[in-house]
Amino acid sequence: MQHAAATPEQSQPYRELGLADDEYARIREILGRRPTAAELAMYSVMWSEHCSYKSSKVHLDYFGKTTSEAMRARMLAGIGDNAGVVEVGDGWAVTFKIESHNHPSYVEPYQGAATGVGGIVRDIMAMGARPVAVADSLRFGPADAVDTARVLPAVVAGIGGYGNCLGLPNIGGELVFDPTYAGNPLVNALCIGVMRVADLHLAHASGTGNKIVLFGARTGLDGIGGVSVLASESFSGQTGRKKLPSVQVGDPFTEKVLIECCLELFDAGLVTGIQDLGGAGLACATSELASAGDGGMRVDLDAVPLRALSMTPAEILCSESQERMCAVVRPSDVDAFLAVCAKWEVIATVIGEVTDGDRLVITCGGQTVLDVPPRTVAHEGPIYHRPVQRPPTQDALERSTPDTLARPSTPKDLRATVLRMVASPGLCSRAWVTDQYDRYVRGATVLAQPSDAGMLRIDEASQRGVAVATDCNSRYCALDPYAGAQLALAEAFRNVAVTGAVPLAVTNCLNFGAPTDPGVMWQFEQAVRGLADGCAQLGIPVTGGNVSFYNQTGDTAILPTPVIGVLGVIDDVRRRIPTGVGGAGDEVWLLGETHDEFGGSQWAHEVHGHLGGRPPTVDLAREQAIGTVLAAASRDGLVSAAHDLSDGGLAQALVEACLSSGAGARVNLPAQLDPFVALFSESSARVLLGVPTATASRVAQLCTDHGVRVTRLGEVHPAPELEIANIATFTLDDLSVAWTATLPALFNS
Amino acid sequence: MSPAPTSAACRIGVITFPGTLDDVDAARAVRHAGAQPVSLWHADDDLHDVDAVVVPGGFSYGDYLRAGAIAAHQPVLRAVVDAARRGTPVLGICNGFQILCEAGLLPGALVRNAGLHFVCRDQRLRVETNATAWTGRYPAGAEIVVPLKSIEGRYVADASTLAALAGEGRVVLRYLGTSPNGAVQDIAGIASADGRVVGLMPHPEHAIDSLTGPSADGLDFFRSAIDAVLGSISV
Repeated sequence: MQHAAATPEQSQPYRELGLADDEYARIREILGRRPTAAELAMYSVMWSEHCSYKSSKVHLDYFGKTTSEAMRARMLAGIGDNAGVVEVGDGWAVTFKIESHNHPSYVEPYQGAATGVGGIVRDIMAMGARPVAVADSLRFGPADAVDTARVLPAVVAGIGGYGNCLGLPNIGGELVFDPTYAGNPLVNALCIGVMRVADLHLAHASGTGNKIVLFGARTGLDGIGGVSVLASESFSGQTGRKKLPSVQVGDPFTEKVLIECCLELFDAGLVTGIQDLGGAGLACATSELASAGDGGMRVDLDAVPLRALSMTPAEILCSESQERMCAVVRPSDVDAFLAVCAKWEVIATVIGEVTDGDRLVITCGGQTVLDVPPRTVAHEGPIYHRPVQRPPTQDALERSTPDTLARPSTPKDLRATVLRMVASPGLCSRAWVTDQYDRYVRGATVLAQPSDAGMLRIDEASQRGVAVATDCNSRYCALDPYAGAQLALAEAFRNVAVTGAVPLAVTNCLNFGAPTDPGVMWQFEQAVRGLADGCAQLGIPVTGGNVSFYNQTGDTAILPTPVIGVLGVIDDVRRRIPTGVGGAGDEVWLLGETHDEFGGSQWAHEVHGHLGGRPPTVDLAREQAIGTVLAAASRDGLVSAAHDLSDGGLAQALVEACLSSGAGARVNLPAQLDPFVALFSESSARVLLGVPTATASRVAQLCTDHGVRVTRLGEVHPAPELEIANIATFTLDDLSVAWTATLPALFNS
Repeated sequence: MSPAPTSAACRIGVITFPGTLDDVDAARAVRHAGAQPVSLWHADDDLHDVDAVVVPGGFSYGDYLRAGAIAAHQPVLRAVVDAARRGTPVLGICNGFQILCEAGLLPGALVRNAGLHFVCRDQRLRVETNATAWTGRYPAGAEIVVPLKSIEGRYVADASTLAALAGEGRVVLRYLGTSPNGAVQDIAGIASADGRVVGLMPHPEHAIDSLTGPSADGLDFFRSAIDAVLGSISV
């Protein structure tokens, strides 16, 4: 540090580290001198878009403005913490979060996806919770593209290879194909954790004299990324130093042991504060802990267990080696803490302590290499008001409606369209993917794919459970990002509601192109506003989220993809509503209204390669009314099945409801609708129901009470056939072959 | 005269290695079957007088070296091998099966699935014998559905081992329908010569109720072990 103060003119590679001229100037101003290499490294990673949210912050503030006190009532932790936490009853709290690992998954699909799972699991642990399930929201280029065959199987293998080894059931997710994701695959990993309300841990370093303990894997040269610029500068005289990949490499076994070790530490009351090490590694963990605490912090990098020789302070700070956690521990608990770690054979080292100052001071080799006010690193980074402008192409996109596209009208053409749609990559069975994930471990999985939502029992004594779904139709978002975000929210809400659970909270992973593009920022702003306004209308809070920008190749950004996760609670998981239609004789009903809505639809995309017009109309009041009907129907055991209508419309929902249970159905399309519209429109706020005749009048009354329109389509019947009157009859075998053959044919090498 | 022993008196150990995953499920299955689960730690060479042992599934030691290879050399496994020689019922599930093979309690080996992918599915199976400590409750030839979830699940053995297994009625489970992993002769589970040690690739502990599993077909493996234990006590 003295060296830095004495050499103010030495040029530093701040631009190579991603810092702008004014950002570098501000660092010099904060410190009153030029930064050391370690300081420059820490500021550059912490002020990166990924860590600082510098382009999104001004927009994300809108979530706070739209969250009422009533919505906050169940929230124990929210935006700004490692993950949101909501109280779900009986003293239980649930934490959940979804995070992107998009760019690493393109560069190195297996490790990128694997470490995405690892990272989100540590986020959940950092709240003091036991991770209990994961889910993944995946998007790739065209299903038949050459690069998709490289990326998709490896991403799936990485998620399975890591998640299966952690003993966490994978209970849901999404798989979407679109040309804009070629070169920009999206890998968004979700994790759910459970804890007693009293056991919530927040990440802050307080209590002068408390020790900082780093535990888990050793710190190495992997995942250092841009900071290697500093290494190459510092090591300019050396040759032959091995360059390691900038994508992190995961070791799920170490993570599994770390989870069990962490939970035993929590149970024993040995943890005062805890923080995971993810993006920006120790730089992030130390500065965030110190910034959120009430004192300063001193850390000695010489104590950090390394797995490479000659690592510079900057490299140690910015290494993204996986499977590490950082805890704040009372001095009197240190021995007990280290003993628990020893039992699990987890390396644990005291690397520093909380001080009574207000500086984060880091030493290495007896020298002070970093001395900064921690808030300037972690919480007071730059904030940008990026230009926002509705793209001029938006009007033309809206005007290019699907109304003139050729529609099938004869029974023969409609039949062929049903089979084509069912087999299309966008709608076909996801079993090729989900059968590579363990959905059973821990014995609490009540629903998993292909159900609309995953459901877990969290308490075997009371049978209390939670349900979670993630959704986003990015074609709708491209047509109207405000409405599109609300439609994503509505679909996730509906997917939770059809299981009988009551939606409680929302998380998100906002995937967009470059924030320097005013059109992208307009999409982002619109999506945030749509989501926040939608949540306010539904009365459920956004408890956290993640932003991923720069998902674009050249000037072409991905379709705006705000993935929305909704968490619900169900008092008794034995009352869950299955997706598949039930016993023979049950009636098959359609709730909601169908209009001629094909903008952004799966049919327009699959059959015509068309994207234009308006997305389906949003009706959150009706979504809520349907949710209320379903919760009551679940509580009183009135319905035998419920399945949401979304991509592919009624035809797809009928096929899935039959194939899920193996039961056939006979239905009549509503007489007042054109058969094509009835089968394929994607109007929102619609649900397919299986209703036993014995309870039909009560369900009808419920729907009347809540203003939900009912169309009685037909009934479940014993023959393994789906008969759509006057259109076609399909054997379930034919439908099953069409539905299940597509992904194996594409991806079984 | 002491009262007849009840199932609650039956104590079944469930081993946890670093990387074991299905110990929670195995303990729950033991409890649902009516016995008392006892946690056993890998570094402990004492089985705490349990009446039977379950070696559950997972990725012990991260499957490093070979699936089950490192676990087979831990202190608790030496105790399991000794107990098995005395006739204590031992069930290895998935990684537990791999461990029992590595420890020499069961013949053959489990290798990478023919399709190379991890396979998680509700698997139809046939119970080929009820003459083991873990299958006494099943009618021979019973068809059951139990989850299978593994990547190193393909059973292989040399011709003489296969002949011995078939000849001595030691094939416990066979896969029905399309083979999930290419196992030789569709073998999904086998038993030791005395029928006390059984290894299964499918997971009966995940099929103890139709709420959290595809069926309750797996529960009778654990009930059978209780019968076997109580039977030996009363003899």
